[in-house]
This record gives sequence, C-alpha cells and structure tokens, in this order.
Amino acid sequence: MPDSGLCPEKLLEVKNITVEFGAGRKKFTAVRDVSFDIKKGEIFGLVGESGSGKTTIGRAIIRINAVTSGSILYRGERISGKISTETDRKVVKNIQMIFQDPMASLNERAKVDYIVSEGFYNLYPGENEENRRRAVARALLDVGLLPEFADRFPHEFSGGQRQRIGIARVLVMEPELVIADEPISALDVSIRAQVLNLMSSLREKRSLTYLFIAHDLSVVQFITDRTAVIHRGALVELAETEKLFANPLHPYTRALLSAIPSPDPAVERHKRVEVYDPSRHDYAADPPAWIEIEPGHFVSANSKEKEEYEQNIGQWV
Amino acid sequence: MEKILSAEDVVVKFTLRGETLTAIRGVSLDLHRGESLAIVGESGSGKSVFTKTFMGMLDPNGWVDSGRILYKGHDLARYKTERQWLGIRGREIAMVFQDPMTSLNPLKTVGHQILETVELHRSVRRAEARRLSMDILRDVGISDPEKRYNQYPHEFSGGMRQRVVIAVAIACNPNVLICDEPTTALDVTIQAQILQLLHSLQEKYGLTIVYITHDLGVVANVADRVAVMYAGDVIECGLCEEIFYNPQHPYTWALLSSLPQLGVKGEPLFAIRGTPPNLHSEIKGDAFAPRNPYALEIDFIRRPPCFQVSPTHRARTWLLDPRAPRVTPPAPIARSRKLWMEKKMEKMKEQDRDAR
Repeated sequence: MPDSGLCPEKLLEVKNITVEFGAGRKKFTAVRDVSFDIKKGEIFGLVGESGSGKTTIGRAIIRINAVTSGSILYRGERISGKISTETDRKVVKNIQMIFQDPMASLNERAKVDYIVSEGFYNLYPGENEENRRRAVARALLDVGLLPEFADRFPHEFSGGQRQRIGIARVLVMEPELVIADEPISALDVSIRAQVLNLMSSLREKRSLTYLFIAHDLSVVQFITDRTAVIHRGALVELAETEKLFANPLHPYTRALLSAIPSPDPAVERHKRVEVYDPSRHDYAADPPAWIEIEPGHFVSANSKEKEEYEQNIGQWV
Repeated sequence: MEKILSAEDVVVKFTLRGETLTAIRGVSLDLHRGESLAIVGESGSGKSVFTKTFMGMLDPNGWVDSGRILYKGHDLARYKTERQWLGIRGREIAMVFQDPMTSLNPLKTVGHQILETVELHRSVRRAEARRLSMDILRDVGISDPEKRYNQYPHEFSGGMRQRVVIAVAIACNPNVLICDEPTTALDVTIQAQILQLLHSLQEKYGLTIVYITHDLGVVANVADRVAVMYAGDVIECGLCEEIFYNPQHPYTWALLSSLPQLGVKGEPLFAIRGTPPNLHSEIKGDAFAPRNPYALEIDFIRRPPCFQVSPTHRARTWLLDPRAPRVTPPAPIARSRKLWMEKKMEKMKEQDRDAR
C-alpha cells in the first residue's frame, strides 16, 4: 500500500461467496464461503494452485460465473445476483479483466483498433468517431505501443505486445478495478518484467486497483500489497504481503512458501520443502472459522489452532 | 570428467513455407557422465530443438546441417534411418516431456505403458517384465503400485502422471535423461517433489540428466552446470555458481536481474527492451546486441568468439575482450558478484591458514 489514507475506502467487498457448478450428484463446490475486501489503490493478490478456485472468484466478480450464495459489493452496492441494467453497465465499465494467454484472448480476425474499442462500442454506442479514436490512441500509448499499430492484426505482434494490447483494451474503458488473471505466466521470462512494470506504472497513472490472481509466489511477493491464499476453494490465510511471507501461520501457506524456487543455488541446496497434509487438521468435532488473529491478518483455524497461532504471534513480538 | 556426449558446432536448419531458417547456430556443448546440465532460454531460443537432435526427433522439415554429435564413438548427426535411431532412442537417451496430460496414452493402463517399454528394451518374460514395471512404479514414488498398475492416466493427478512419464522414461534403463520443462505444467509444491524425485533417481540409476527450462529457480535447484541459450546459440556456459554469482554475458545479467525475487519492492524491475530476434532473417554479430544496453559497436558487426572465464566457464560476449571498456553490471548482479568474491577470498584465506 502506498501509505496514503488512514483508512482507505473499500472498493470491493466479497462477502461469504460460494460458487457451485452442476447440480444434484454432479454438484461441485469451486469456491466455499470466501470473504475479503479490496481497498482503493491497492494490489490485492490471490494465490493458489491450479484448481483452487482463484480464477472462479475473479470470474464471479465480473459476473461470468454466478454466485450460489453470498454477495459481492462494489462501492457498497450489490453487484452479484440479479441487478439492474444500470448497475450492470457500471460493473462493465469499472471492473475489467486481463486474461492469462494473450495468444488465445485476442480476436485473430479483428484489427487492434477494433479489439481495443470493442468495449467502447458496447458501452457508448453511437459515440463520436473522433472521441473513440482518441481514446484508442491514448490507451495504446499508455501501454507503450504506437497508435499506428491500431491498423494491424494480433498475429503481427509478439506475446509481450499482445498482452499490452490486452491491457489497452482494459484501459479504454477507464476502469477502477482490474482483475489480472495470471497476466504474465504465459509470457517469456525476459518480457515478464516489462509487463509487471507497466502494470505498476498504470496503477499510479490511471489510479487503478488490481486483483492480481497468480500461482507464482515470487511475483505476488514483488507486486502485491496484501495477499490471500486459497486452497481447495476456501481461503486459508490473508495478510499484508510482507507479513504473510515473513510470518505465515497456516500450514498450507507455509508449505507453499517453502516451495518457492529461488534463483540462488546456495539457498536452493539447503531448502527444506514442507509438505501440507490436510488430514492434520482435526476439524470433525471443531470446525474452522475465518478469524482475524491480529489486526489485518486473517487465518482459517479452529479454537485449538487459534491458540497455537496466537502463541506463534506472541513469539514474534 | 568423462564426456558422455559431445556436440561440436551443431547447426540446425528448418524449411518453413519455402524459407530456410537457422534454429541452432553452431552450438558446442559437452555433457559429462553423471552430471545435471540445465539448458536455460526463452521460448524460441532453440533449447528444445538442440536436444531433439540427440534423439533424432526433429520435425520432418528440420535437419542437422553441419557439426557433429558424438555419443559412444558414433556421430549421431549422421544418423539417417529410424533403425539407427531405435538403438539410441529410449535405450541410451530418453526423454521426459513437459505436459503429462499429452505424453501418456489415455486408452492404455499406466502399467501397460511401462510394461511396453520394459518388454521392448529388455528381453524378459511377461511375468518378469510385470514385476520390473511394479518396481519402477514404486521407485518413482507411487504408493500402492499393485492397484495403480491397472489404472488409467485420467485417474492420476498431474504430479502423479508426471511420475508415470518419468517411470516410462527410466524403464528402458537409459544413460541420459532429457527433461524438457518437466515441472512447468505443475504446481510449485508438486514441482519441488518431482525435482526431488529426479535427483534421487539420478543417484540410484546413475543417470546423466539434461534439464531444459526457462525457470531459473529450477535451475538453481538442480543444476551442476548451466548453459544459457539465446537465439539458437549457447551464449554462456559454466558451473551453476559461476552463472548465478559471476555471470559475464549481458543477456544472463538481464535474465537474472529481471527476476522479481531480485527486485526491490516499489521500484521498477530491470526489464529487457524489445523482443527476441526473428530467426528468418540472418543474424549479424551478437544476436542480443539490439536489446543490449551494454552493446559495443563491434557487437553489431562480428559474432563474438567464446571467451574462457575459468576452466569451467565460457561466454560469448565482446565485453570479455581485453580491448573492451570496463562496464558495471546491473545492481543486483554486481551485488551478488561482490558477495561471491568475498566468500571466495575468505575461503582462500582459510586454506592459507590451514596450509600454514
């Protein structure tokens, strides 16, 4: 967080959402009772392994997946479930998404000009052509591409450039919240830094708030202000990124952190990887709850674990 | 150290839509018995293509244009027929592929796929082959192999499936195992387990392993030696410590310092400008020169030779020429180099003291 306000306003509130797919015997719960807030101006990280439900949460926020229960509030207004057309337009304008694979997420048969302005056409039908061109040119410049590129097709661009086009298409809507779903994992190592830097600079320039969904913890550690860890559809821990990486409480978080590959042979040679075994929790008699164990630090624990974690915290102080 | 495989000046070309492109531009690399060599590079740098030449697995539109690949006294670059390759493929050099989803046959049981390789490469009876397959399954860390033997790949998780792929590869008892991005499709916690498994198998079976990866974290974990590839060329090669703590080529510098792990929070990361070169057009001089902030004039004109930094470390950059100006590498590189040098000095002093 840039240390701006005393209590920055909550831009997005996710309250106890559950997302289920299928029905009857085929029912599958992808996200179970997840709650968190995203404050204005921050980069909020959501990490988990494949299949943990992190993408589903992102998709639930932009209303691609419907929530089964719980609610999502945007600036205090409910945006999940049945909402008015007006609210829907507001969601479309203010919440946008950057997708993982820039090779798959751009229309191969459309020019960059159309790709970038597609949202614009939908949101402001009949808008003055001059304004649209200006908005596209500005978005392209902001992501470090030349306005001339508008007349080209996506296949003429490299992976990094295509991801920039994906970001430009988001910027043209002038959103407040951007959901970035693994925005750099499909990119080459030498290109990743460019895109990360671009995202950070746009946060300042366009005052964006990000929900950064990733499985790569080293990237999350570098870029996010707060991080939530998700395991099998449920959050297990949430804290300021630095605190989470320094003092992980939940055994799953610890296992995840211990497995981060480090580009330092000396560290790697002496690395001890912790293995997480869900059966270690004794949840049959004493189910876990989502508790705030210290200010701003949430963890999933039952009453026995709570005591244990509290002791751990006591030791650090 | 004994060389098990030695590539000399290998050039690989492809024809694509009537055009010829050079994917590997004169690469020389030795593989020592029992070591782990990591080949690092971005996609399109030629790391996969290069290792495919060891097994005769280039796509039909590609060929080894010149150079030699010596293995046990044979020049693999001259192999033409499938018959010749069958003596090498699997039996001598085996491969583990990136995606365990696509490299197993979904219609055959896991046990059958291992059994197949065992029967093909070791002349044993069915019952014996079955017993061997079970042993291999156990060796790759699959619990309850009797039950798992008769299951299909879809009944396995990603990490377990990759274990099966490894089992198939080592079932032929190869000397060299090439792992092409073995953990890229896996989660970090599973990745660590698979790397541990490969390490223990290496000791047990006396394997020489080539890791192909773009992940420098994996490299730091597994490699004894590292070769860095860029645009079809090995631009730097050395011991793991040498590459991580004392890199010489600006591309290696850039690759390392653009990692978020080495960045300072709140400051922009070191980013490499531009994109990798197009292999269709001829590359003049140093392929990295157009993206290289340290590029000298000569970098655009003549391809740099290999400069020897230490007996085990070489790099292809004009910066190592005695006539080149002295440059300071990016901050994270300079920092780790300084630490490394200090440690080295301390060690030398200690040895001095001990000698006295």
